[in-house]
Amino acid sequence: MKDLRTRLAAGEVLVGDGAWGTLLMARGVRPGEAPESLNLTQAGVIEEIASLYVEAGADLITTNTFGGSPARLRQFGLDGQTEAVNRAAVEAVRRAAKGRAYASASVGPSGHLMKPYGDADPVDIGAGYERQIRALAEAGADLVCIETMTDLAEAVLAVRAARSVAPDLPVMATMTFETTRRGFFTVMGVSVEQAVRGLSDAGADILGSNCGNGSVTMVAIAREFRALTGLPIAIQPNAGLPEPLDGRLVYPETPEFMAEQARGLLAAGVAVIGGCCGTTPAHVRALRGIVSAMRS
Amino acid sequence: MSILSDIAASLQRGEDDEVASLVRQALDDGQDAVAILHGGLIAGMGVVGEQFREREIFLPDVLLAARAMYAGLALLKPLLAKDGVPTAGTVVIGSVRGDLHDIGKNLVGIMLAGAGFDVVDLGSDVAPERFVDAACDHGASVIGLSALLTTTMPVMKDVVELVRARGLQDRIKIIVGGAAVSDAWARQIGADAYGYDAASAVERVRALARTPA
Repeated sequence: MKDLRTRLAAGEVLVGDGAWGTLLMARGVRPGEAPESLNLTQAGVIEEIASLYVEAGADLITTNTFGGSPARLRQFGLDGQTEAVNRAAVEAVRRAAKGRAYASASVGPSGHLMKPYGDADPVDIGAGYERQIRALAEAGADLVCIETMTDLAEAVLAVRAARSVAPDLPVMATMTFETTRRGFFTVMGVSVEQAVRGLSDAGADILGSNCGNGSVTMVAIAREFRALTGLPIAIQPNAGLPEPLDGRLVYPETPEFMAEQARGLLAAGVAVIGGCCGTTPAHVRALRGIVSAMRS
Repeated sequence: MSILSDIAASLQRGEDDEVASLVRQALDDGQDAVAILHGGLIAGMGVVGEQFREREIFLPDVLLAARAMYAGLALLKPLLAKDGVPTAGTVVIGSVRGDLHDIGKNLVGIMLAGAGFDVVDLGSDVAPERFVDAACDHGASVIGLSALLTTTMPVMKDVVELVRARGLQDRIKIIVGGAAVSDAWARQIGADAYGYDAASAVERVRALARTPA
């Protein structure tokens, strides 16, 4: 497979995958279980989901390690298995990808607020990220995908951890923004401008946003990123916010709707387009279609 | 400016030591604990809640203000209890079974405490029985349920049904909230109210707590 950085430098647009949580739940993960525990107990299911996204045309397949930092795994008594959990996730994606897609190593928030706002010690959080990312890199991850961050200090710790223990891997770092009257901010009060500066300075190769309230807002967020940075931009929206329907919850944005918004993302110069909560292999297939049509 | 508005202003800046010393000073000056609570702490947290709702300030500012509020509250609580001053009511809160996310729930707890409620926080991953048992044990009139995940939101309905099964629906009201929770969802599962954000949750809880049993 060609080097990821080379492809991005050549102006190629890469397609990310979609949601994992909902597909895992559909395959029997129960609320209250660590989704990451399936990497060890049901690696076949992990490989199957990865395959669905590879078949849908994703270039980047996210590993099932969003909550794979020791701080998060500790909530389930699994922190002692940090290395095994992360290694198994990368291996499952690599088996499914068979060289057709990159294993994008997901690193999510620790779930703890850091001092002075919470009790977590930044030194511990940083050390935890190093431990997780070392395991992901050693298992053969192709890039590190730091995502859904709202605290810039924590995101920077994760980027620095990646730079330190996996200096050869590209680092993608995306944050989750809300719409306010004064513009886009994370719930911790981080602006797009602050995110661009902080994440670039920490050494991220690809910057952007994921999650949030849907693909329409993301087009505006992407434009703001574009105006502030020359680095490749990654955008992975939710399929809107879930709406109740007959006692169930459904995400409102269809694959067609999201693909239409993707035109706006492409026009804004986004380099990586994928999905977050509520997106499916069908969404990824639709995104693939738009991206490939643009290229030809 | 009165010392009470100084307390409120210093709370908004998140100055916990300053709030504590101003509260002490106000008590030494002979101010009534109830007046300090309402004119200082509750007034200050009200502004913080409103500013956060409008995103004029963000989570870190709220958390620092909360620390300052608790610093003042710790001094007033024993006096209020000694005088038998009734609180705004008792609310049991928690994240539902299977959901370990607690930042939003903690925020609601802060705002409720800042509005004068006694808050019994059961933490996260709380079973339906524990919510209802705790509400009975503490004489709470409202249960606040939080869920971030679409996969755990259905558990909220289990709590609603348990309250009904025990015939407590007239005494215990249920409010739900969380990133993906909506008014429509609250209605669909039979909850009594939906809190769009922490500030509106407080308003709704106030209304529920006022509803005569």
